Amino acid sequence: MTPVIRFGGVALTYPGPPPVPALKPCDLQVAAGEHVVVVGPSGSGKSTLLNVAGLLDRPTEGVYELDGIDTGSLADRDRTALRGQRIGFVFQSFHLLPYRSAEENVQLALLYNHTPRPGRRALVWEALDRVGLAHRLHALPGTMSGGEQQRVAIARALVTRPSLLLCDEPSGNLDSATTESLLALIDELHADGLTVVVITHDPWVAARAQRTVTIEDGFLSEATADEAAAR
Amino acid sequence: MTRWRWPLGAPPGAPVARPSRLALPDLAGEVLAGVLQRPGRSLLTTLGTLIGIATFVAVLGLTATASNQISSRFSALAATEVMVEEATGRDPWVEPDPFPADADARVARLNGVVGGGVYWAVPLQDHLVRAAPVGADAAGQQLRVVAASPGLFSAVKPTLASGRTFDTFHDSRGEPVAVLGPAVAERLGITTLDTQPAIFVDDVPFSVIGVLDDVQRQPDLLLSIIVPRRAAALALGARPSADERPKMLVATRPGAASQVAGEAALALRPDDPEALKVIAPPDPRSLRDQVSGDLGTLFLLLAGICLAIGAVGIANTTLVAVMERIPEIGLRRAVGAGRRHVATQFVAESAVLGALGGMFGMAIGVVVVVLVALGKQWTPVIEPLTVAAAPFIGLLTGLLAGAYPALRASRIEPVAALRR
Repeated sequence: MTPVIRFGGVALTYPGPPPVPALKPCDLQVAAGEHVVVVGPSGSGKSTLLNVAGLLDRPTEGVYELDGIDTGSLADRDRTALRGQRIGFVFQSFHLLPYRSAEENVQLALLYNHTPRPGRRALVWEALDRVGLAHRLHALPGTMSGGEQQRVAIARALVTRPSLLLCDEPSGNLDSATTESLLALIDELHADGLTVVVITHDPWVAARAQRTVTIEDGFLSEATADEAAAR
Repeated sequence: MTRWRWPLGAPPGAPVARPSRLALPDLAGEVLAGVLQRPGRSLLTTLGTLIGIATFVAVLGLTATASNQISSRFSALAATEVMVEEATGRDPWVEPDPFPADADARVARLNGVVGGGVYWAVPLQDHLVRAAPVGADAAGQQLRVVAASPGLFSAVKPTLASGRTFDTFHDSRGEPVAVLGPAVAERLGITTLDTQPAIFVDDVPFSVIGVLDDVQRQPDLLLSIIVPRRAAALALGARPSADERPKMLVATRPGAASQVAGEAALALRPDDPEALKVIAPPDPRSLRDQVSGDLGTLFLLLAGICLAIGAVGIANTTLVAVMERIPEIGLRRAVGAGRRHVATQFVAESAVLGALGGMFGMAIGVVVVVLVALGKQWTPVIEPLTVAAAPFIGLLTGLLAGAYPALRASRIEPVAALRR
């Protein structure tokens, strides 16, 4: 079966000066339906990994295949389209548009990927319903709790039916009770077959993963079950 | 709650279907939301263009209104006035008065003439005018005395405070009558004609038959005592002086001045037309065009400067908006927006704000022109093209001002934007 993510010797060095090797050459495969957590200390290269996996940054070395498509050979506009159609992002700071309702925030992800206008409201409602916020359709982010805002962000990531959900410190701005409820939602999505990659340094979040990958000084390595348990 | 079962969407390995796109209705929706959801910012951004366009419309409207006013003034007065004078180089001792006695009748026969009369300042011997030969006012006052033919009154169109003006009967018989300017009447203490007052010019009595209230031309008559030409000659023994030569003022109907000017000298002095010099008014059309042209260029420049300042204002505010909205730009790029979609959205927002500024600025400019015209009791004149073009000029200003910030926005890398 085609893996959702396949890194073959992928590395990224920022040109500088001086050049900074943020991600050392690494191999990684994430199969469809997997729930992978990437852990590592601050400055270890976690976000660089997420940016490369999310097609927000180009690796300077190696081959990256997303859903079997070699992304290295794609032009910028095809990478943008692929990102919009196959990847859903969840950010630590939610990145919701403050003046737009929950519905409009979720609908934003459908603007650029040829979704016909008449079907959009149903898709948005479905996505918000999936995260338990169908009743907050018209609420502005400012009137929502942190947990609700993050759920709107997840609905926005899901509404395009992506192959891959990339979460960057999703619980970074949430209290423990809200984090638990958010992780339960991510677990449910994973259970439904969605491929999830979470970047975190929260052990609570890491403990929920099916598979843990560590990154330190730009080097990526699979954590053993014991190491994962120790974390 | 709906549960989804993956895989959903595009199957693994399927090529990238189509590049991202932003349909026109979606772009319109995003632009509208961008403009309306931050009304304060939108208002401030629009203000620059609004003021620029309002100034633009107001100055063009006021120029047109003022030019129209100038044109009507010239048409009404200056363009209907012909002055006939003695030609330069003539000897005043050989011919003291170059105008014939029937000068009024001669010019009156010309087509287009409303009226005309000869006048000259009377050189007095002791330069004194008294209201009474004895008593408090016996010392007399130095006042200007003008000898005039009755046709002068047809030309200057006086309004009378009381009494009447003299006519050809008084002039031909050399009747010692006088018409006073209001200031002169006041100085001589003449408040009513019911007592049939007289004044004494160089001790010669003149009956006051009228007091002027106002004149449309030759306002110096309001400070003068006007007596018939023949009376000045017979009663005062006065002749036109070498210093202040006789002149003839001819009033014409609109448009007839040039023709009358061409014919007047020959009509007055067929024996020696060269004896007279005729001064025709400037062509009102060319004068109006010249004035309009000068004012128009000046004010257009001013309006252009205002508009440029407005554009710089929009560019600045849009640039600040771009900086503020960097995380939004990053998000849009993350969910599939291409560089051109970001650029299009920002430039369209700027253009819409420019067009709104243009529309409201045009309305304000029109109101300013109408209010100024009302205050001055003028007819407001605004070229329809100015009004029609204003929103488009605003739109263009917005487009130009938004171009650079939009370019900056499109160049922002999503990674850098999302880090904020």
